[in-house]
Amino acid sequence: MIDLSSINPVVLAAALMVAATPILLAAIGELVVEKAGVLNLGVEGMMITGAVTGFAVAVMTRDPYLGLLAAAFGGAAISLLFALLTQVMMANQVASGLALTLFGLGFSALLGQGFVGVSPPRTAKLDFGFLSDLPILGPILFRHDPMVYVSLALVAGVWYFLNYTRGGRILRAVGENHEAAHALGYRVRRVRILAIAFGGACAGLGGAYLSLIRVPQWTEGMTAGAGWIALALVVFSSWRPWRVVLGAYLFGGIIVLQLNLQAAGFRIPVEYLAMSPYLVTILVLVIMSSGRARKTLAAPGSLGRPFHATG
Amino acid sequence: MLRLEKRPQPSAAWGWATPVLAVGLTMIAGGILFAALGKDPFAAIKMIFWDPLFSPQFAAFSRPQLLVKAGPLILIAVGLAIGFRAGIWNIGAEGQYIIGAICGAAVALAFFPAPGWYIFPLMVIAGAFGGWAWAMIPAILKTRFNTNEILVSLLLVYVAEKILAAMATGRMRNPDGAGFPGSRNIAQYPAASNLEIIAGTGMHWGVVAAFIAVIFAYVMLHRHMLGYHVQLAGQAPRAARFAGVAPSRLVVLCLGFSGALAGLAGLFEVAGPARMISIDFNVGYGFTAIIVAFLGRLHPVGIVLAGLLMALTYIGGEIAQFMLGLPAASIQVFQGMLLFFLLALDVLSNYRIRLSRAEAA
Repeated sequence: MIDLSSINPVVLAAALMVAATPILLAAIGELVVEKAGVLNLGVEGMMITGAVTGFAVAVMTRDPYLGLLAAAFGGAAISLLFALLTQVMMANQVASGLALTLFGLGFSALLGQGFVGVSPPRTAKLDFGFLSDLPILGPILFRHDPMVYVSLALVAGVWYFLNYTRGGRILRAVGENHEAAHALGYRVRRVRILAIAFGGACAGLGGAYLSLIRVPQWTEGMTAGAGWIALALVVFSSWRPWRVVLGAYLFGGIIVLQLNLQAAGFRIPVEYLAMSPYLVTILVLVIMSSGRARKTLAAPGSLGRPFHATG
Repeated sequence: MLRLEKRPQPSAAWGWATPVLAVGLTMIAGGILFAALGKDPFAAIKMIFWDPLFSPQFAAFSRPQLLVKAGPLILIAVGLAIGFRAGIWNIGAEGQYIIGAICGAAVALAFFPAPGWYIFPLMVIAGAFGGWAWAMIPAILKTRFNTNEILVSLLLVYVAEKILAAMATGRMRNPDGAGFPGSRNIAQYPAASNLEIIAGTGMHWGVVAAFIAVIFAYVMLHRHMLGYHVQLAGQAPRAARFAGVAPSRLVVLCLGFSGALAGLAGLFEVAGPARMISIDFNVGYGFTAIIVAFLGRLHPVGIVLAGLLMALTYIGGEIAQFMLGLPAASIQVFQGMLLFFLLALDVLSNYRIRLSRAEAA
């Protein structure tokens, strides 16, 4: 029987921020990578690597924050494999990204064997004093774990970096036109490798957020397409940091709503509800890529093109 | 300092040598991995590459498995390779495989238990159609709305997996199955089963289809105008447009062809080795086929060899799992490493490596 009254909008909105955080983290990292002109399709692989390294370190040290830190390093480390392939060995970016995902899924399953069924240390929720005690707004906005706020701070940082710093302008120049950037004396390859590592660290954090805080448990293949949704989110955002937040919270909302409908005993079989986030992602991609919307898309000019300095 | 110099033409010699070299390097890296897991690396490598074919203990069982596992890999990879050559990235073959299996199984279950020579051919058509239709979603979204086919085809894999779960626990569940998830056993339904054609070889209709697809792809790529267009679109998209290649027609053709082949692979699997629609019916052939396509250098004949080698790692992996307690995931890592080495070594066929004095790079 369907019982919609069991869905509490405040709880829903609060859960939305938590559900959105992993894809938000991964997407903001990928945004920087793509702004530098590199298309890394390995987000899923980097996320799951972060999920397992973060989980393993957190369980062994009993400290979730060390786990998150390790996840960022793990994600960055595996992203450097992609950097090596595409920036040094001049391999195809699409194929290398796929390789990263396939490898990451296997590698994480291997590392995570001993951790199935283990509970990670708990991450405390922050308490903002009277803010957390506000009715409605308190539970929605001010009673989360620190990573929810870190992810938002990261978006602000990326926005500031890309628009108001010299480094950000260089990165964008490299992404828009790598030949011109090279002619101006910027180190195209170095900028891109750094961007890829940053993207890997963010994706790793996003993965660890899943395994340590949102779920919290380790299961094989637990990212279940979150990395691909993050990639779609970057397109949705038209490569603008604040729109990534909007997109991520929109998807967070869909994920949470879908789970709540399942719990409320909605008459549709759970499988059909569970496919909704993927279908909505496709729908959003269609809307963003077609017709008039496309003109405002503004994908970086050199996105996905290999750069080989001659001379 | 080492410097890369682009070759005017990719080197043909390195083109042949890199896959072999990549396999060799993967064996070394894999051996190190197995040693790190506390297993004897030499025994593990021998078990993966030698024992399935020649060990008196396993060969009788595992040799036929070679064709059983290589069949779907080759069938899917041949289709993918044509698209990859044209720069059209269908990475959702796993989803097309699932939908093909569901459509084929639906035909079988609809006729059950009637006899009839026409049932299996109808299933084949349904399987190909299912895969084709599932691949048409990214194709049409790409041509109509310019939506990225990589993301759409991949996201549809997750959708297909959910449909599979819904079918296995819902509409297709075996009414005589005591409530367990999973459909009727199609392999035990004579009019619909895809059994071995020659007993003891592993040769079933899917393997036959794979070889037909290989020949078809070879002729198309090397003897037909369409193959030339595919090459041109991949290497010089602008030139292709001037030569009169319609990009959207190529997208529809490539995605449709690879989708239909993946759907066929799914159908032959569900009516044969897998026996039924179940929640865990798909085992990642659609993704491994991507590795097979690259390992075979996107060439139909190369793909046959690559498919057989990949099948060997699956079977050998199972033996090593059984004998040495090697974790199942280590074979997945092994296959992933192979793709890494392959992509990295491709630098040798596209570039010359020159030694030069360290100057402004």
